[in-house]
Amino acid sequence: MLVLVEQSLNGLQFGLLLFLLAAGLTLVFGIMDFVNLAHGSLYMMGAYFAATFVAWTGSFVLGALLALGATLLLGMALEFIALRHLYGRDHLDQVLATFGLILFFNDAVRLIWGPAGLALPLPAWLTVPVQIIPGVYYPAYRLSIIVAALAVAALLYVVVMRTRLGMLIRAGASNREMIGALGINIKLLFTLVFGLGAALAGLAGLMQAPILTVQIGMGENILILAFVIIVIGGIGSIRGAFLAAIFVGMIDTLGRAFLPDLLRKVLSGAAASTAAPALSSMLIYLLMAIVLVVRPEGLFPAAKR
Amino acid sequence: MVNSLADPLLRVENLVRRFGGITATDNLSLNVMSGELHAIIGPNGAGKTTLISQLTGQLAPNSGTIHFAGRDVTRQPAYRRSRLGLARSFQTTSLLPDFSAIDNVAIAAQAHDGHSFRFWGNARKEKHLRDAARSALTRVGLEARADVPVSELSHGEQRELELAVALATKPQLLLLDEPMAGLGVTESARMVALLKELRREVTIVLVEHDMEAVFALADRITVLVYGRVIACDRPDAIRNNEEVKRAYLGDQHVVVAHG
Amino acid sequence: MTFPITPRNVVAALVAIGLLLLPLYSHLTGNIFILTLFTRIVIFALAASSLNLIMGYGGMMSFGHAAYLGIGGYAVGILSFEGIGSGFIQWPVALAVSALFALVIGALSLRTRGVYFIMITLAFAQMAYYIVSGMSRYGGDDGLTIYKRSNFDGLIYLSNRVQFYYLCLGCLFGGLYLIWRIINSRFGMVVQGVRSNEQRMQAIGFHANRYRLVCFVIAGTICGLSGALLANNTDFVSPAVMYWTRSGDLMVMVILGGMGSLFGPVIGAIVYLVLEELLSQFTEYWAMIMGPLLLLIVLFARGGIMGLLGRLRLG
Repeated sequence: MLVLVEQSLNGLQFGLLLFLLAAGLTLVFGIMDFVNLAHGSLYMMGAYFAATFVAWTGSFVLGALLALGATLLLGMALEFIALRHLYGRDHLDQVLATFGLILFFNDAVRLIWGPAGLALPLPAWLTVPVQIIPGVYYPAYRLSIIVAALAVAALLYVVVMRTRLGMLIRAGASNREMIGALGINIKLLFTLVFGLGAALAGLAGLMQAPILTVQIGMGENILILAFVIIVIGGIGSIRGAFLAAIFVGMIDTLGRAFLPDLLRKVLSGAAASTAAPALSSMLIYLLMAIVLVVRPEGLFPAAKR
Repeated sequence: MVNSLADPLLRVENLVRRFGGITATDNLSLNVMSGELHAIIGPNGAGKTTLISQLTGQLAPNSGTIHFAGRDVTRQPAYRRSRLGLARSFQTTSLLPDFSAIDNVAIAAQAHDGHSFRFWGNARKEKHLRDAARSALTRVGLEARADVPVSELSHGEQRELELAVALATKPQLLLLDEPMAGLGVTESARMVALLKELRREVTIVLVEHDMEAVFALADRITVLVYGRVIACDRPDAIRNNEEVKRAYLGDQHVVVAHG
Repeated sequence: MTFPITPRNVVAALVAIGLLLLPLYSHLTGNIFILTLFTRIVIFALAASSLNLIMGYGGMMSFGHAAYLGIGGYAVGILSFEGIGSGFIQWPVALAVSALFALVIGALSLRTRGVYFIMITLAFAQMAYYIVSGMSRYGGDDGLTIYKRSNFDGLIYLSNRVQFYYLCLGCLFGGLYLIWRIINSRFGMVVQGVRSNEQRMQAIGFHANRYRLVCFVIAGTICGLSGALLANNTDFVSPAVMYWTRSGDLMVMVILGGMGSLFGPVIGAIVYLVLEELLSQFTEYWAMIMGPLLLLIVLFARGGIMGLLGRLRLG
């Protein structure tokens, strides 16, 4: 029972992290019609920046904030220098160009930080287990991820739904030419949105950094999951991304935790050991396949243009 | 001559199509008899193209039925309806831009000449397809431009090619969505003459804004306003219909053509 | 069949001749490395050509094509591991499993379009990667060594470098010929038409997705063959061969060479892999150059190399 609660919380935490990543991706796609494969690289940069700045400043919080800022700036710089020239181009062109960026980032990171990867140790106050309900303890850090991610999600909701900026964002998603005609500085808006997306990716990266290792290529693995979430949730839909992310996070975590045991009850030991990891990994993709068959446009698609 | 005792070739009953808050097709019923040239007119926004798209299968209605040649095709996808003999030309020219004129028509002929899961033989060397394509091109007057890539054809030629492509599918019913859109005076006249010839071989539903052409060609005219049929009658009756005049013809200078 | 003298055709012919004579050059100069390098290039050229069939001609931007390299490779590897060394069994199995995988994945993925399709093919290929990584019996992440190359009962000795090279080249030329015939056939007309204007094709009576799916399966099968060849070439197969960045490499080869041109992928594979080889001798961090280079190509050199050649005029 304890394990179930713990794993469910892990699933929630993972799902929220995936949401942050997917939200940035779907935001950029929804507003600028831009597919950014290098989104995973921004996630990676967030983690690397965090590890570096925390080591420099000695403070976890300060280091994290600096890393967030750095990723935001990196994203905006990237958009300004290179990526804005790809708006309106074929999605395939965007995919290839950003694929090129992935290659670049992976090697650049290797050049600057070396191939071995980094560690981001947690400060003592974040490693204590917190009693969430009597008898059940959960690591403080993971709890803080959940809280922080929910806060960001709420903030995102407020910004998109209730502010002028958000209105522009939603308007831009449905009619780009119109907001240009309204005299809004489209270029600036796009740069900001891209920066926001980058910041979300970086945030996800830096939050995950203490739990997973900080290494080259970490972005690519998780980017696929972000894509799956977007497909399941519906492109351009933040709400869809949220629900799908939680769902995917839960299924993946609980699946990996409990499937091997479940299989062992049904199959022989050897067969279960071989099948379990493969099946756990496949679970998400099976889910995506089912959604595709039943509702190709996603479970919660955004309103049509 | 229209045989009004026979079953209609195309029978549309209570068709409804909504887009969010807008009802583009509002409980529309319509019959097209075999052999007639039936025109559909109406002001912009009347839902003419929406109707055509539902008839040919590009768009699914919210409710209502469509029967073609006695069969219920309401839920049939576009490619199936084409195979049943329902052909369409598009209001915005919709051709295969990377191919030549004759290729465009030959592919249409190919669609109705057995299956296309043949992987080895050169399709451009199939004589009967090429011949069928050439004859369709000749009918619309494009035989001299057969090998020209579509992108190099003039707008008028592209409209003619649209028609040739539809013809190559050997249709029973030809749905033409503003075939004269963007055509100059000579080209329009040529198109009208062509349609006069074609009507003897195939039933035609013609959506058009060019009133001169409509009144010159149509056996019957259906008038559409806000997705609803306000009148369906012979051209003379339509010309004198008060409601039609108010809704549509009132502001327009109509050249009275001799039917 | 007419063979017009255009820059594109001349380059293609020269390259083809070059590939044919390569083993002779290798023999004369004693440079074995270039033979093994070009064996690998030829294999990837075949894989890229199969991708070009669905991308360039079919308009299906699949980001999961490397999965078939893995499937073909593992078919050979697993059968070899289990004691079945005959190429007459291994290779048909490689083709059959590739075709089946393409059928299932294609049927699911083709329910989507555009960027969705790209993401989904990516995801499914990655799924295959994870499945294979999880097969601990066959080496998992570490991969599977293939101790004996596919046995063809004396018809051909794959362990002989020159024979193997010509086999791969034969498969490449055979594959290109097959693709050429498919493109110009009835089927090819439909596939290209569907890429060009799906709505129009539906309106004249073609069930677009059925043709797309068959095209997808054909391409996957051909790539499965490349996978079997690749496994033999490296005497090894690992999940890395189907990691999604590999699919990206294939896409780059197609785009670089010129999407929708028959010989383009061959040029693209040669240029990409030779460049990779040269740059890596120059610096360990060659991807830092390759990456932005790719970005620049996408921005400025549309239509790839064959596209550039197509714009030249002779004389």
